[in-house]
Amino acid sequence: MQMPSPDARIMARKAQVVARLAQVLGDRGVIHDPAETRAYECDALTAYRCPPLCVVLPATTEEVSAALKVCHEEGVPVVPRGSGTSLAGGALPTADSVILGVSRMNRVLETDTADRIIRVQTGRTNLSVTGAVEELGFFYAPDPSSQLACAIAGNIAMNSGGAHCLKYGVTTNNLLGVTMVQMDGTVVEIGGAHMDAGGLDLLGVICGSEGQLGVVTEATLRILPKPEGALPVMLGYDSAEAAGACVADIIEAGVLPVAIEYMDRPCIRACEAFAHAGYPDCEALLIVEVEGSADEINHQLETILKIARDHDPVEIRAAQDSDEAARIWLGRKSAFGAMGQINDYMCLDGTIPVSALPEVLRRIGELSDEYGLGVANVFHAGDGNMHPLILFDANKEGDLEKCEAMGADVLKLCVEVGGCLTGEHGVGVEKRDLMTVQFAPEDLEAQMKVKDVFDPKWLLNPAKVFPLSVSEGRRA
Amino acid sequence: MIRPGSEAELAQAIRDADGPLSLRGGGTRGPLPEGTAITTAGLTGITLHDPAALTLVARAGTPVEEIEAALAETNQRLAFEPMDHRALLGSTGTPTIGGVVAANVSGPRRVLVGAARDHLLGLRFVDGEGTIVKNGGRVMKNVTGYDLARLVAGSRGALGAITEVALKVLPGTESCASLVARGLDDAAAVRAMSAALGTPFEVTGAAHDPHAADGPRTVLRIEGFAASVAYRAKALIEALAPHGAWEIEDDRETVRAAWRGIRDVAAFHGTTGDVWRVSARPSEAAEIAARADADQVFYDWGGGLVWLRLPEGTDLRARLGRYDGHATLVRAAPETHARLHTLQPEPPALQALTRGLRDKFDPRGILAA
Repeated sequence: MQMPSPDARIMARKAQVVARLAQVLGDRGVIHDPAETRAYECDALTAYRCPPLCVVLPATTEEVSAALKVCHEEGVPVVPRGSGTSLAGGALPTADSVILGVSRMNRVLETDTADRIIRVQTGRTNLSVTGAVEELGFFYAPDPSSQLACAIAGNIAMNSGGAHCLKYGVTTNNLLGVTMVQMDGTVVEIGGAHMDAGGLDLLGVICGSEGQLGVVTEATLRILPKPEGALPVMLGYDSAEAAGACVADIIEAGVLPVAIEYMDRPCIRACEAFAHAGYPDCEALLIVEVEGSADEINHQLETILKIARDHDPVEIRAAQDSDEAARIWLGRKSAFGAMGQINDYMCLDGTIPVSALPEVLRRIGELSDEYGLGVANVFHAGDGNMHPLILFDANKEGDLEKCEAMGADVLKLCVEVGGCLTGEHGVGVEKRDLMTVQFAPEDLEAQMKVKDVFDPKWLLNPAKVFPLSVSEGRRA
Repeated sequence: MIRPGSEAELAQAIRDADGPLSLRGGGTRGPLPEGTAITTAGLTGITLHDPAALTLVARAGTPVEEIEAALAETNQRLAFEPMDHRALLGSTGTPTIGGVVAANVSGPRRVLVGAARDHLLGLRFVDGEGTIVKNGGRVMKNVTGYDLARLVAGSRGALGAITEVALKVLPGTESCASLVARGLDDAAAVRAMSAALGTPFEVTGAAHDPHAADGPRTVLRIEGFAASVAYRAKALIEALAPHGAWEIEDDRETVRAAWRGIRDVAAFHGTTGDVWRVSARPSEAAEIAARADADQVFYDWGGGLVWLRLPEGTDLRARLGRYDGHATLVRAAPETHARLHTLQPEPPALQALTRGLRDKFDPRGILAA
């Protein structure tokens, strides 16, 4: 993966840039000692690292505006950062860039259960948004697995999803308004506590723009009443085909589970060894969760179990209470940690049409043989969002490169069957160079035109999303 | 009227245009801009319906009715239940799915499941230079690149002509029921609707008609499996007891017809005067309606959507002043649309972004919207 070479003229002016930023933010708001900026050299995609020029941690929208104005005048690129949990390198710095972190801005500004909204500063973590309304009987729906740590700012930048999107949608479906600072320091209010845009749906294009159109400092989010209850059922199958057909039949039957999770044998074995959740040793495991009152849950589970039995399961286990439910989820929730214990792995994030599931799993198996790298599959089956984990040995020369090559082949396969490169992690730097697999030049040109309008100098979050060769004429 | 039969022909027609184009689907949702009439109605056909993936792809000119019929065959539906504007506007023609997406048209269920734009998985469009662009796809989770699909949805043709849309569809429901309370004043009705929407009982519609024939009428809708509907109706009546007495209406056809009426603002059919729709915070809706001093008011989306009927030419926005939301002029004479503007004027910083985007996607300024 290539990054543009840093601008030596900016590097040479570091002292001046730091001084001007300190002038508007105070000395405490700017980090420039190389020993301290190192903490910001990467996000959760740790394979790539680069310490930034300096780091600013503003405390208010006004400070964000003042800092961006300085950077704009100085022609210095800015990399916005939430909690730094991006798996795609969405917050990877360049050596000539200023990291703008929103972590100090984490207050709840307003909660209104009558209008079913919460307004927060975007440094607040995803889970603590739900935490702020839980006692009132509400929750915030998008639930990325990093929800304990990830910030709303990053959720908006990447349009984050989670396990429960089949029913509740992703960030863009739960975002009503933002306060955003443009690269030149202009503060704009878009949307609010009301529904839908009065003119162009600018909120729609800002969400998921990976911090390249502006820095979102405040957000109005939709909160939902907590369901009365939820219970999962675990279904084990001998083949991917049977499990895939079961998922298809459940959805076609008109039941809308809140989550359908899928694990294959390598993943089941790793989770079982790690968490002892009592999973059967089989080819494919499904966890299907439904919500409602006790009777509603039973009614839906009856329908699901009837369908499940038609596909010859090797095991069926319905949770009767929250303890049993927790046990069913235990293995799935520890999947990434369990895999990490036994191997280095790379987590992919392509989405495919649900109907293509058996074919894609078969072809991933073929690629696994071809490259000689193991694969464990764990993913959101209801919405087709795959997370194949390619196993490799970071200490073995050439293994990472081989793993990346295989990952690219898997993502190309996702596109080929009608899917996409990334379902919820974002493009970042990781999938940047594969964008031409999914998009024609005119499709990318149309996207870049939007950036031209919001950030004409192309200073915000440089070298992400668009292949460097495609954005070359535009970048500063 | 230019009526291209394919996306390529449409792109050619836009490239060849030497003046403003008046773009439309079925032209049922008015007002139509000045210029050479061009329609996407010739681009028809459902190109994919994958029931197990809850996905439908159709060309923009496909009639909404055809899509709803095709979905019904597998007991699925467009969950956002797009409104039909014809009776309200006195327009004729056939509503198209492209028009629904281009104007982000949603009905009562919007309050629970989201708007048309929330069900959009991807689209293809031709911009003002005649370039064909695709964005998004046909899968439910997709964050690959910028989300132009949502930007173009609801842009009313200002950024381009939509040629194909991919939509998330949802299962239809076995049963439905309405809960009705009578005699609530506007503020009390909105409070009751907010309370209902704040329960876990999945209210899929919440409307209030202050001018109903037998006095103010507040209606809530519940849908799902029969046993579940019965359970939730009972639970809601108990939960809403502080907000009045509620009766159950559960004859399926009667309930469905009533909600079609709510969707299409039947209360305003056959009336005269201008019609406005205001998107607002529910808790401010009653106050907004009071400030409007309208001839007739109708609330949907639990108060999040306020329909107002006013004497012709009234500047509603001047009466409302500042609030969290926006007002769109839906039915008025062309000169009123021109004088008061169809869409809420934006603050300067947003105006600059809108103008910048329109200039980029339509540098010749031929997509009059």
